[in-house]
Amino acid sequence: MALTSQDIGRIAHLARLELSPNESERMLTQLNGFFDIVEKMRAVDTAGIEPLAHPVAAIQDIALRLRDDVASEPDQREANQKSAPAVERGLFLVPKVIE
Amino acid sequence: MSAKLIHGYEVVIGFETHTQLATHSKIFSRASTAFGAEPNTQACAVDLALPGTLPVMNREAVACAIKLGLALGSHIAPKSIFARKNYFYPDLPKGYQISQFEIPVVQGGEVSFFLGDEQKTVRLVRAHLEEDAGKSLHEEFHGMSGIDLNRAGTPLLEIVTEPDMRSTEEAVAYAKELHKIVTWIGICDGNMQEGSFRCDANVSVRKPGQPLGTRREIKNLNSFKFMQQAIDYEIRWQIEELEDGRAIEQATVLFNPDTGETRAMRTKEDAADYRYFPDPDLPPLVIAPEWVESTRAQMTELPRAMAARFVQDYGLPEYDATTLTQSKAMAAYFEAAARASGQAKLASNWIMGEVSRRLNTGEIGIEQAPVSAQQLAALVQRIADGTISNNAAKQVFDALWTGEASDVDAVIEAKGLKQMNDSGALEKIVDEVIAANPDNVAQFKAGKDKAFNALVGQVMKASKGKANPQQATDLLRARLGA
Amino acid sequence: MTQTALHDLGVAQLATELRQRRVSAVEAARHFLARAQAHQHLGAYVALNEDATLAQARAADARLAAGTAGALEGVPLAHKDIFVTRDFPSTAGSKMLAGYQSPFDATVVTRLAQAGAVSLGKLNCDEFAMGSANENSAVAPVGFDAPAPVRNPWDQSRIPGGSSGGSAVAVAARLAPAATGTDTGGSIRQPASFCGITGIKPTYGRASRYGMIAFASSLDQAGPMARSAEDCALLLSAMCGPDPDRDSTSLDVPAEDFSRSLNDSLDGLRIGIPAEFFGEGLAPDVRAAVDGALKEYEKLGAKLVPISLPRTELSIPVYYIIAPAEASSNLSRFDGVKFGHRAKDYGDLLDMYKKTRAEGFGDEVKRRIMIGAYVLSHGYYDAYYLQAQKIRRMIADDFQNAFKDCDLIAGPVAPTVAWKLGEHGSDPLADYLADIFTLPGSLAGLPGMSVPAGFGEGGMPVGLQLIGNYFSEARLLNAAHRLQQATDFHLRSPL
Repeated sequence: MALTSQDIGRIAHLARLELSPNESERMLTQLNGFFDIVEKMRAVDTAGIEPLAHPVAAIQDIALRLRDDVASEPDQREANQKSAPAVERGLFLVPKVIE
Repeated sequence: MSAKLIHGYEVVIGFETHTQLATHSKIFSRASTAFGAEPNTQACAVDLALPGTLPVMNREAVACAIKLGLALGSHIAPKSIFARKNYFYPDLPKGYQISQFEIPVVQGGEVSFFLGDEQKTVRLVRAHLEEDAGKSLHEEFHGMSGIDLNRAGTPLLEIVTEPDMRSTEEAVAYAKELHKIVTWIGICDGNMQEGSFRCDANVSVRKPGQPLGTRREIKNLNSFKFMQQAIDYEIRWQIEELEDGRAIEQATVLFNPDTGETRAMRTKEDAADYRYFPDPDLPPLVIAPEWVESTRAQMTELPRAMAARFVQDYGLPEYDATTLTQSKAMAAYFEAAARASGQAKLASNWIMGEVSRRLNTGEIGIEQAPVSAQQLAALVQRIADGTISNNAAKQVFDALWTGEASDVDAVIEAKGLKQMNDSGALEKIVDEVIAANPDNVAQFKAGKDKAFNALVGQVMKASKGKANPQQATDLLRARLGA
Repeated sequence: MTQTALHDLGVAQLATELRQRRVSAVEAARHFLARAQAHQHLGAYVALNEDATLAQARAADARLAAGTAGALEGVPLAHKDIFVTRDFPSTAGSKMLAGYQSPFDATVVTRLAQAGAVSLGKLNCDEFAMGSANENSAVAPVGFDAPAPVRNPWDQSRIPGGSSGGSAVAVAARLAPAATGTDTGGSIRQPASFCGITGIKPTYGRASRYGMIAFASSLDQAGPMARSAEDCALLLSAMCGPDPDRDSTSLDVPAEDFSRSLNDSLDGLRIGIPAEFFGEGLAPDVRAAVDGALKEYEKLGAKLVPISLPRTELSIPVYYIIAPAEASSNLSRFDGVKFGHRAKDYGDLLDMYKKTRAEGFGDEVKRRIMIGAYVLSHGYYDAYYLQAQKIRRMIADDFQNAFKDCDLIAGPVAPTVAWKLGEHGSDPLADYLADIFTLPGSLAGLPGMSVPAGFGEGGMPVGLQLIGNYFSEARLLNAAHRLQQATDFHLRSPL
């Protein structure tokens, strides 16, 4: 199953990546090369097999740990925004969001 | 379902309600959920998705989900999965929302309520735990938007119904009932202005018997009034479109309270492809049966059950019972007054009448009522045992409400409002009145009923209103041989 | 203690010298900072902060004087730049995070500091830990004003391996007694093998992932890289332990003293030899070195047991579906809004996103984001991501079957020794295929390590991979330690 340049365009948009025509071309070739080695995998019969998320779940049940409902984080706005590209009056600035 | 048609169209409505859970800290971080803080002062490293941060689940949010599930008779999944909903938006710091997709924590259930005297039941599909997003402030920052992530990570239960509602009225009644339940069981503060309870209504219309029409989703209805207006407008709009031969296109719309109209949102790009997958940062949420059972044991009596009990135990009409169980405090006030007085119906009348009237004018809640349930109980007892008339009772109530006095019997004494039940004294007054008003007597005997009423009035006057009017009438008739 | 000898000391010896006050933490720190400066051309370090390092060293000396020293008190080490740190910028080798200042330290960094370790600086790595050659770093090493290759000290025309290439080079060239690394698909084991040092990736969930800039959440694991198994045991003991308040995937398994059984006998130890690891893809020189090490084990009383890991080849597509899928989502937070790079010129919001990410990410990262977004996208999820997660369980089950017949598994870390810089050119697949022996253990979340086993073509180091069952790190380290007592490969120095 080969990807088309339309696929590349769609995925690049989904992933919010601007690709130059040359990059898209190269990407198409490389991804198709990659998906060739993936074909083997698709043929494997996995009927009745549970997917494995947390690897150690292969030998024991792993359940989500729950924490107590305590609000203990201090205001760290200044430190947290130190590496922010654009901030004004404590707000992160972005190009106008239109709804 | 009995569907009332509008211009030959059947209305079909389903709801998605975002309920903010009343926890202290966020669903996956220890930042505070308090409303109205300075921008981004309650957005910690985890909420901002700073590199290296990871989510850790808040137990209380799970407890809220269990309570809701029990309240709505839902199945509480012993194992549910958190999934990532991937999309880019400035108020979504990680570029994905942690939600539940294939296996939600609350499954099925229903909400029942009265629409007039008809009982309605809306089936639930599911309720899932997820994190709220931040807010985009659109006021001008030289052409930019400002992003406040204080709300990001606030725990939500998204409650999704089947498309079971068939009118705006039914939809609003459902929303009010759900609002009552989540506040009643204490998992949500219910503050709609602050966005604690936000409804999305999926509205479509169809000719009876036809398959479901294309729906449009009205987002973020944050008041019952707007909900009513928005859905009514949307129904009218869709029918007009169809009547004019235009097809409805699936869309997300916003209601504008100023124009009273709905308008389609600029659709989020690729909204169709969220690339959901199980969040590898969060193992499955496991809820042991013991947890569910211990929660069930601690659950407060639900409004519908309590209303049924009021009908059962106190012989109240369904209407009274439903009205009195609109809020937990109201119901508690009634029950205290009913128990203390042994006069449930009388207490109910007073609470739904005089008490409610005064609360409304004073714009205060029953919790702030200056007249306690015990005081009201004492008052209705005095009415019941004939000590005072209803009119007199109103004076007593007023004295208690204004704080002029606090003891019912003391007020009755002080104002001399006791009804005259001593017939000897009354006979004396009656005889005096007859003697003093010969011409009224003459006119009455000549067949003029008006004259009789005048005599009754005289008796009441002479007794300074303390005479029992019925008693006075009977005595007069007896004396005048009528 | 003469300065020249100082950098030849391992962590354990150095800790002893420090505890006995024969050398001060400040002296040790200064010595390694000087070596780091003197060997800038290797491109190992991307950030140094002498003031911060010496401040930590002085504090360590104070604790040594007060007798409140921790197990690693005063021992200098450096961190892979995938861990966030307060004292140094944290870039993950990406332009996206150039100069990024984290307001907090990674849990692993904190735990090592609590044990008394002193941070020398941050080490180069492939961008967001994606790579097998460390040729994907977008950050200029210390002493350079543009990105420059990290060079293998055994042959500077060769790659050091990746993604923890800077860590491997720093340790091999004695620019640090030890370093932290992270392993997603082999990023500790493979560079350790290529640079002739010792490295261990613990069981997934042993070490906290908090503060490790995420690549593939269900695979990422932190581990130590040092010259000997003994040193790795010391470091791993400090790094591991539950992190209930910060990482939901960290396991409730108490911290252990991984040094406790270093000297246990290997008599009767059953070492599984997977046939699939010794196929025609394996270079003869690597095979010869590995066989040599296996013979040593037989001399030490171990038995070699033939086993099979039938889905070894499948682990390549499975890994390269799962890891990019998780990465594509993990890297969505880099959008130019809250931190990191934002494009200079852009139009609307969408344009800002696309240009920011196009400029901020390198080619390999973009490729994996594209693969990941594709395999999760509508209509492909079941065929790719879900299918991969199912085969992942089959691979984990294969290991459990194998461990019925053996106590640990041994084989090569990589099919060849370190290749030449630029040799794989613009063919990413060549790098992917070279990960074949490290991927199965990663997918299963098993502990694995690389132990120097000899030298191959061009005098380049060859590592022996040891894979243990879940939580068997102490056993692995014991086996590695005994081999290192019988051999001296780990003591050889490239410089």
